[in-house]
Amino acid sequence: MYAQALDQKDKGPAVIEDPERLARFEARCAADEKIEPKDWMPEAYRRTLIRQVSQHAHSEVIGMQPEGNWVTRAPSLKRKAVLLSKIQDEAGHGLYLYSACETLGVSREEVVEALLAGKAKYSSIFNYPTLNWADMGAIGWLVDGAAIMNQIPLCRCSYGPYARAMIRICKEESFHQRQGYEIMLTLARGTPAQKAMAQDALNRWWWPCLMMFGPPDAVSEHSSESMRWKIKRFSNDDLRQKFIDATVPQGLFLGLTFPDPELKFNEATEHWETGPIDWSEFKRVLAGEGPCNRQRMRVRRQTEADGAWVREAARVHAKKRAARQALQAAE
Amino acid sequence: MSADAPLFTYCLRLADSALVLGHRLSEWTAYAPTLEEDIAIANLALDLIGQARLFYDYAGKIEGQGRDEDALAYLRDDRDYMNLLLVEQPNGDFAVTMMRQFLYAAFAVPYLAALTRSKDETLAAIAAKAEKEMAYHLRHAGEWVIRLGDGTEESHARAQAALDDLAIYIDEFFEVDAVEQSLIDAGIAPDPASVRSAFEATLAHVLGEATLARPAVRTGQSGGRKGLHTEHLGHLLAEMQVLHRAHPGANW
Ligand SMILES: [Fe+2]
Ligand SMILES: [Fe+2]
Repeated sequence: MYAQALDQKDKGPAVIEDPERLARFEARCAADEKIEPKDWMPEAYRRTLIRQVSQHAHSEVIGMQPEGNWVTRAPSLKRKAVLLSKIQDEAGHGLYLYSACETLGVSREEVVEALLAGKAKYSSIFNYPTLNWADMGAIGWLVDGAAIMNQIPLCRCSYGPYARAMIRICKEESFHQRQGYEIMLTLARGTPAQKAMAQDALNRWWWPCLMMFGPPDAVSEHSSESMRWKIKRFSNDDLRQKFIDATVPQGLFLGLTFPDPELKFNEATEHWETGPIDWSEFKRVLAGEGPCNRQRMRVRRQTEADGAWVREAARVHAKKRAARQALQAAE
Repeated sequence: MSADAPLFTYCLRLADSALVLGHRLSEWTAYAPTLEEDIAIANLALDLIGQARLFYDYAGKIEGQGRDEDALAYLRDDRDYMNLLLVEQPNGDFAVTMMRQFLYAAFAVPYLAALTRSKDETLAAIAAKAEKEMAYHLRHAGEWVIRLGDGTEESHARAQAALDDLAIYIDEFFEVDAVEQSLIDAGIAPDPASVRSAFEATLAHVLGEATLARPAVRTGQSGGRKGLHTEHLGHLLAEMQVLHRAHPGANW
């Protein structure tokens, strides 16, 4: 998901850290102290965080595309305004996270370049298309909902700037989640055609949303370090289960059915149990073979290219202005 | 024509211009040159859509036929839309969008300021809110016009081309027909002629800093007030209204 990066191994060159500093650092993490930008940190910690925070930022930015797809067709002025401001929030999250990334010593240009070059990932969920209006409901309810499940633990992440960004972002995400659910509720109680839209959206988004939590614990590649360093605080399967338990009753309340004939409540464990997740689909989409991978990247690259002359003009103008002011000051 | 008919028409005109321009801006969602600009453009769009909703709501009340903001926005055809031609012009490149925004705001700011003195309290109140918002639009778009005009060779050329294309829609801002004249006489609508000098002063200042030349316009284009639009509005409305119209009577 947004925390997809934590399921990858740190592939950077091994760095031999000073054992004394490392021990102090580990002790601070164990004591739940916050690590701040000026503090010493192991290279692997820094790299893991850069990967995580930048991928999270990219996800916010790429995520604007599938929702942007419905802004011009929103069925009421109120919905149009709400959707616009939701997408605006996501742009703000992107900005905020790129800034958090900069505190780790990488510029926004560098991490954006990595995205455009195809080296950095973003959440695979945004490689699915938005095909009807109910998708705006389903994304808020399920995608933002899953994002919250993942991000609430990150509010206590050991890295101060990221933890603080998460606190602010989580507040807005839960607002998005409620708005999304409210769209679903309106449709579910609407005309038969509207209800069919809502059902269609749930059918298409349910499984991909369960995949947002990443591969099952048994095969997740995340290191024990990211747990110990308090970057990752819960396992994929634990978070996924929390999401399922919270979401299934909400879907049933809507009067919708889940696209899973094996879905059932286990009285003994008091958990909802799903049928098997198709991890081959997850791997395909992650490998770039989802329905929209190419489109999302093409649009992002095109947008960057189209804006180049504007950014250049702003730079040149600022220079001219500074030169004129310097000249005036000299006179 | 009922006594309120001119006021209803006038409210729709104000609403239509705000909505169509807001809709155009919303087309930029996720495509702006920077993330900061994505946020800024969404702000501009939200302001305008908000203004449109207030004007539609008031129009619906004046009409008294039970039409709400969505009935007025989604269920009228292009021939019934009465927005200014400028605002329906396609986004083009970023220079066109910012020039269009600048020209509209340069007029809207003094016009809405005058409307705050309307004898109609509702209009005056909406105008007071909208004027503040449009002052920000004027600053934001004006700064971009200056940056682009006085930026690189390419940005200058693009900004000049945008101005050349859009200047033909300026005169329409100042046209007054019988509907509007009756409201001007009643002290409800401002006379646009009274804000012309403020508009011209803003243009002269910003275009001067931007090193852009105001093209000579012999024949301005107009017709929006009569529902005679450019070819672009039909497409805009087709997209905007398609879902709403596909489900008559549905609640969203
Ligand atoms: Fe977000
Ligand atoms: Fe969100």
